[in-house]
Amino acid sequence: MSIWSWSYTFEVFPIIFDALWITLAATITAYVLAMVLGLVLAILRRSAFKPLTWIVIGLSEFIRATPPLVQLFFVFYVLPFYGISLSPFVAGTLALGVHYSTYCAEIYRSGIDSVPRGQWEAATSLNFSSTQKWRKIILPQAIPPIIPMLGNYLISMFKDTPILSAITVVETLQAAKIAGSASFRYLEPFTIVGVLFLLLSYPSALLIKKLEVKLNRRSLGKKDKKLKEKGVAA
Amino acid sequence: MLAVRTEEFIGKNAVETANPLVAYKKVSKAFGEVKVIRDLDFNVSPGEKVAIIGPSGSGKTTLIRLLMTLEEPTSGVIEINGEPLWHKEVKGKLVKADEKHLHKMRGQIGMVFQQFNLFPHMTVLRNCTEAPVNVLGMSRKEAEERAKAMLAKVGLENKLDSYPAQLSGGQQQRVAIARALVMRPKVMLFDEPTSALDPELVGEVLDVIREIAEEGEMAMILVTHEMEFAKDVADRIVFTDGGKIVEQGDPKEIFENPKSERLQSFLKRMRS
Repeated sequence: MSIWSWSYTFEVFPIIFDALWITLAATITAYVLAMVLGLVLAILRRSAFKPLTWIVIGLSEFIRATPPLVQLFFVFYVLPFYGISLSPFVAGTLALGVHYSTYCAEIYRSGIDSVPRGQWEAATSLNFSSTQKWRKIILPQAIPPIIPMLGNYLISMFKDTPILSAITVVETLQAAKIAGSASFRYLEPFTIVGVLFLLLSYPSALLIKKLEVKLNRRSLGKKDKKLKEKGVAA
Repeated sequence: MLAVRTEEFIGKNAVETANPLVAYKKVSKAFGEVKVIRDLDFNVSPGEKVAIIGPSGSGKTTLIRLLMTLEEPTSGVIEINGEPLWHKEVKGKLVKADEKHLHKMRGQIGMVFQQFNLFPHMTVLRNCTEAPVNVLGMSRKEAEERAKAMLAKVGLENKLDSYPAQLSGGQQQRVAIARALVMRPKVMLFDEPTSALDPELVGEVLDVIREIAEEGEMAMILVTHEMEFAKDVADRIVFTDGGKIVEQGDPKEIFENPKSERLQSFLKRMRS
């Protein structure tokens, strides 16, 4: 049984901490991809061209029903046989981003569905083009309420980046594993990884919670005002 | 007395409107198995104010939604100034129009909805300038001038920076009217504009619509349950039931001397 060594902790901490940048870079890259692709999927799903809708639904279900690790291996180990060789970082963020985009698409969809049909009709009556409707009328109403949910996925993705270690991306977990195997001490490196994740995820989760309350209060405030106005008028 | 046949009234109307602004030709609309509009012929002349009355479910709202391109007719042709709205002529044949054609045609039509449908994330002024800037390509300054003039007309020049949620229902509907007017349509559609309002707010909206009607140039099709108002403002009353026009004519004639049994019983119910 090994006993906690502070000197070893201080020795490996900088190595692991440095790898945190890779974790953060991978998280942000994959997240941006998931956000953008998720929105595209959500919009395509509403297409009037039915075959396209079916393809999007089928693809999303397939991606969600298979483990991200399998997808990751597929992108990294199988695609090269078909002439697509990607660096570990690119393959990892691509797989993670695409996987999460299907979940983000569902969130966007809930936001878009909550915009009343009358908003679409008013936009049509004013002759906005399809693109203008999305950009000016629908998305500005659909997105603010779902920001907290999208934020939660940022944290989820952050916590999922260690799977990139499986395809040799030297992010925090992989750095800790390398450090541990060099000295045959794993307690300190893995503890450091856990603590680093906790220190970043937990405050972020609190921040999102706060944001959620704020957004809720804002929409409630509007209703209060409306009721008051009605009272005055009546 | 027997109900007078619909065709006679349509015949009379056709003479009055030799060059109609809007023409429905044998238009039908079905939702699944339910036929909401049946082989309907209906014209509106430039500048004419037409009020459509009838029991709920008689197809009157669908009638104007077809014109706003919110519903597609199942069969028949709707024309604006002689040009098909939902169709395009290709080699002498009418085919379903593309979005580009609909976009061009739609510019001539404006609509005010029962539920106002203001954009809640935009101020009153922005609600009225977004379309002129993005759709008509006006400069923001020019659009704001036009929007302010229209908002002054509906009595809301002091609410430019308010958000819809801060306004009463009556005020919201007046903004919605200004928003539609800013686009300068040739024909304006009103879909039960006062039905969602508290009774004490109905008057202010009707006053605004009456004022616009008196200005004249723009044709109006009003779907309404406000019989007194319809009688007052409209040049012609159209009574629909079961997806057809049952009777139409001069307001005075329609209300004081209804010919068909269905209109008689409808008016009796409305009065009681």
